[in-house]
Amino acid sequence: MKFRTAGRHVKESFKSLLRNGWMTFASISAVTITLVLVGVFMVIMMNLNNVATSIEENVEIRVHIDIAATDKDRTVLEDQIKSLPEVQSVVFSPKGEELDNLITSLGDDGDAFKLFEQDNPLNDVFVVKTKDPEDTLAVVHKIEKFNHAAKVKYGQGTVEKLFSAINISRNVGIVLIIGLLFTAMFLISNTIKITIVARRKEIEIMRLVGATNWFIRWPFFLEGMWLGIVGSIIPIAAVSGIYYYAYDYMIAKLAGSYVEILEFNPFVFQVSGLLLAMGAFIGIWGSVMSIRKFLKI
Amino acid sequence: MIEMKNVMKKYANGVIAANGINVKIGQGEFVYVVGPSGAGKSTFIKMMYREEKPTQGHIRINGINLEKLKNSKVPLLRRNMGVVFQDFKLLPTLTVFENVAFALEVIEENPKFIKKKVMETLDLVGLKHKARMLPTELSGGEQQRVSIARSIVNSPKLVIADEPTGNLDPETSWEIMNIFETINNRGTTIVMATHNKEIVNTIKHRVIAIEGGRIVRDEVRGEYGYEI
Repeated sequence: MKFRTAGRHVKESFKSLLRNGWMTFASISAVTITLVLVGVFMVIMMNLNNVATSIEENVEIRVHIDIAATDKDRTVLEDQIKSLPEVQSVVFSPKGEELDNLITSLGDDGDAFKLFEQDNPLNDVFVVKTKDPEDTLAVVHKIEKFNHAAKVKYGQGTVEKLFSAINISRNVGIVLIIGLLFTAMFLISNTIKITIVARRKEIEIMRLVGATNWFIRWPFFLEGMWLGIVGSIIPIAAVSGIYYYAYDYMIAKLAGSYVEILEFNPFVFQVSGLLLAMGAFIGIWGSVMSIRKFLKI
Repeated sequence: MIEMKNVMKKYANGVIAANGINVKIGQGEFVYVVGPSGAGKSTFIKMMYREEKPTQGHIRINGINLEKLKNSKVPLLRRNMGVVFQDFKLLPTLTVFENVAFALEVIEENPKFIKKKVMETLDLVGLKHKARMLPTELSGGEQQRVSIARSIVNSPKLVIADEPTGNLDPETSWEIMNIFETINNRGTTIVMATHNKEIVNTIKHRVIAIEGGRIVRDEVRGEYGYEI
């Protein structure tokens, strides 16, 4: 396509946007609302996924050592655990430390447990980490068979529950968003239909004087694309702005825990790019629907 | 130039608009197509610029076989012909100059060439001095002249006109006919569907009469032959 022709198509598409006034406004608003929701949803989902992954990666196995075990028994058990190929590290945590941790983690209520400092009912513990979180269960089963391993505990169920919660909310969100995407597409396709109808005489003459089909289609494609792209501006700004403040707030809240949220850069730029692409896609698809149906060439 | 062999056209609603049409029109001819309303004149003309496809038979225009012509190549066919209508089909928001230039712009001609060619063509139809006016500021005859200018601005070998004088008063009709004569004298083939008995009987040319989708008469220097 010649540069001059491209310029003509762009100009024509902008003229239509202005001429369609309220329909343009309605289409852009629909895209905007859809993409704001998509953006917020995407940010939350991607962060939850990230959190779940980091929790999963931090799953530790706690091997309670039999109270009756001697120091020698303990060393044997430690060696046995260390010899498992899936195990990454084994850390010994004596029962005194365990009690301190318990008291600290319960805060003010922990004081009640101070009484036990005289006669600690807890076990000494080996904290075991696996190389791959997926091996956790297999390792647990192996350790359970060793002598002097009284109880073997790991974050049973918590990760699974988190993942299933994420899955449910993701599915609900996706259905909602697909519905909204279709509404936006439908509005855009209606706007393009109006343009096609308004310009039918022009189209007829173009056909008569031998304009190629693509020459006739281009302005409509572009018009749809602009609707989508303009509609994605506010969502991009909103998501970026909100995340900028939310990030600072959450970082402060989460300080000290191993849960992390995704860094502003490059995450926000990735989301913005995705929103822009979705806007353009909705727009182009909406116009394709109308071009196919109403632009008989 | 134009060749039709056993052309049939049956519309989806069952109407047969062409029923075995055989005709040859040579380069540089001027042909009137006459016949009562609903006889199939418009279909005959529309098949030439491939607005309608025949259900059967063969059509060749300028050596192009229309049955084998892909949809995407139809624009190339149309760049070699001009079409003029009863209702002018001008764009009201564009000036006279822009309306004529439109035909060259959409086929991506060079702007310098467009300017030169449009002014030449407007001169030919006698509207050079009204180039900046809008169609609504012109009389019907002048609007039809703009439409003719648009159809010939790309120097086509064939001009197809569907009742070009249908909306005009007799005097203006003569002016329009003079322009068609001039174009024809330059070697352009003209096929004109018309109901104008006076014109057909005065400016003598080949007459093809169509009735019920058939050619019932084809005379070299014919008469209109119908009472109005």
